[in-house]
Amino acid sequence: MSRLFHHSPREGREPLIRMVKRPQIPWAKANLIRAAALLGALLAGALIILLLGHNPLAVYADMLEGSFGSKVSRTETVKIAVPLLGASLCVALAFKMKFWNIGAEGQIMMGAIAASYFALFHHQNMPSWLLLTVMCLAGIIAGGLWGLIPAVFNAKWGINETLFTLMLNYIAIGFEKYLQNGPWKENPNGFPKIAMFAAEARLPRVFGVHVGWIIMLALVVIVFIYMKRTKQGYEISVVGESKNTALYAGMNVKKIIIRTMFISGAIAGLVGFIQVSGADFSLTESTSGGVGFTAITVAWLSKLNPIIMVFVSAFLAILQKGSNRIQTDFKIPASAASVLTGIILFFMLGCEFFINYRLIFRGRKEKRNGYSN
Amino acid sequence: MDTVINLFCAAVLAGTPLLFGTLGEILTEKSGNLNLGVEGMMFMGAIAGLAGAYFYEQIFTVPSGIVAAIIAVVFSFLCGVLGALIYSFLTVTLRSNQNVTGLALTIFGTGFGNFFGDVLAGRAPSGYAAVGAEIKSVFQGIKIPFLSDIPYIGKLFFSYNFLVYVGVIIAVLMHFFLNKTRAGLNLRAVGEDPAAADAAGINVTKYKYLATCIGGGICGIGGMYVSMVICSGVWVFNCVGGIGWIAVALVIFATWSPSRALLGSLIFGGLSIMRLYVPLGIPIQIYDIFPYLATVIVLIATGIRQSKEHSIPKSTGLNYFREDR
Repeated sequence: MSRLFHHSPREGREPLIRMVKRPQIPWAKANLIRAAALLGALLAGALIILLLGHNPLAVYADMLEGSFGSKVSRTETVKIAVPLLGASLCVALAFKMKFWNIGAEGQIMMGAIAASYFALFHHQNMPSWLLLTVMCLAGIIAGGLWGLIPAVFNAKWGINETLFTLMLNYIAIGFEKYLQNGPWKENPNGFPKIAMFAAEARLPRVFGVHVGWIIMLALVVIVFIYMKRTKQGYEISVVGESKNTALYAGMNVKKIIIRTMFISGAIAGLVGFIQVSGADFSLTESTSGGVGFTAITVAWLSKLNPIIMVFVSAFLAILQKGSNRIQTDFKIPASAASVLTGIILFFMLGCEFFINYRLIFRGRKEKRNGYSN
Repeated sequence: MDTVINLFCAAVLAGTPLLFGTLGEILTEKSGNLNLGVEGMMFMGAIAGLAGAYFYEQIFTVPSGIVAAIIAVVFSFLCGVLGALIYSFLTVTLRSNQNVTGLALTIFGTGFGNFFGDVLAGRAPSGYAAVGAEIKSVFQGIKIPFLSDIPYIGKLFFSYNFLVYVGVIIAVLMHFFLNKTRAGLNLRAVGEDPAAADAAGINVTKYKYLATCIGGGICGIGGMYVSMVICSGVWVFNCVGGIGWIAVALVIFATWSPSRALLGSLIFGGLSIMRLYVPLGIPIQIYDIFPYLATVIVLIATGIRQSKEHSIPKSTGLNYFREDR
């Protein structure tokens, strides 16, 4: 009988390696494996640096220096981390429900467009606090509605949400390009760009960085409580575990999917608002700038835990900021950030396997417990 | 008439990298793997193909164009395979999430291409990485005596670079493979229901690895098309720039069929250059949205009609664990 479970059932011989699900792993050991994976990724990165003829330690130290060394670099790093964190919160809510929202990019863009509309065309009609509130609400609603479209189609007809949300990204970005080149162009005969926002439409600064970072940290706490401590958050995790269980328990699964995706999109819309009114003071085609995609990996690495996301997004922001520094200092292309991020992700994704499974080599006696065969 | 022919030719040339990406991803998804790393694998192929031809030219003072072309194809294919191998190892053997792994591959591959492209350019004496005229000419349109000279027909069918024909041949072979061969039917069974395929004695792991890796290699060739044909053998930062994502869309538009991928990439290629030929009075940016809108409509239509023939392989996106039941 046990042959059935082996990977190559040949002549009753045991396979060289087989895997068994671990019943439970101590918290410390799991984190030790993760730390080892991170170290392995940094070593792999160091190897590439070495092959290019640089000292890896000096390069890594320079990256840290470049992202922490001065007040300017610290504020820049935080500015990179803020949208990443926000987008991670957005996708985490959907992922908890096993709804693959890879459309944060587009939802951010729609939020940014809606907020920009008021900043560009209604800034003279209201005081700054009111304008910013209206922009914020517009961003939240637009992002939410953009997230709602694939949710409705998924809930009603089971349309694949991964591909649907992906397509909506490009439609949103295309729409922005249209506005930038057409109706919202600053100078009809000049370079296609949208005007800078008036002073009333810009977010105030706290400690040198726009107030968005405080909003995001508050949102981390709110999303954490929402996911762990409220009835709706509980419903999300039940739907994520098993739609049938949710149905038997009398939950309205369609309603939960649609509601959660509205909230998820709304958070992305808020990020869009923060980007245009806090970081860029204008709307460009790179307002979302790929954070919607990077956020997916942040959320996943953080195991969908909002608190951990703060650290993971800060870490990726350090990598990105640090890479700009090593480009000037070592002439190592700034794309090193993406390469290194990719390697770290590969290692972190792979190490989860060793947390969940145990390898048993041929000939080794295995402990008899309920999980081995 | 001339405008129509020119439009057709331009659409074929613009559609070919899409065709490679789409065919690679169709093969991958047929095994039940949704690899969102197409963009990354194309970047990897783009730099590998260019770098291969570039170093070949540096080492041999009298480079042969045909050898350079073979090197570019092989290197880009292998580099695409490398990307797909990382993906397969993580998702099939280590059972990590397909969406996240695919995105990680896109992040990695995009960085990989731009990083080594910049390194290559930075170390070249001229400051940019470019191949010579000899090699460049192999990637230009072919000229077959007699055939290419037939009016209209010659231009329509016998004027493209060799990669266009390679792409069409791969599409035809893949159509035959998926529909007429035992291995192809097995592969489709793996993608539809891996547990049933496993019970029938099909080696699910082997099929998933092979399909994903060969698919990745085909995507890599598509990336090389971008660097060698579209950018004429010069490394351009971010040259692939979203083509891989359109290919992912095109897989849906082609409803997972290699033969419809031919038509689809022609249409998408046409849409991407149509604004240069057919001014309809619509803003350019709205033109650019058309492919994505069309894809959404196809996605919705096939989903609502629930046609088994034209829909996504059932297990796509889900990993198969034999022990989980």
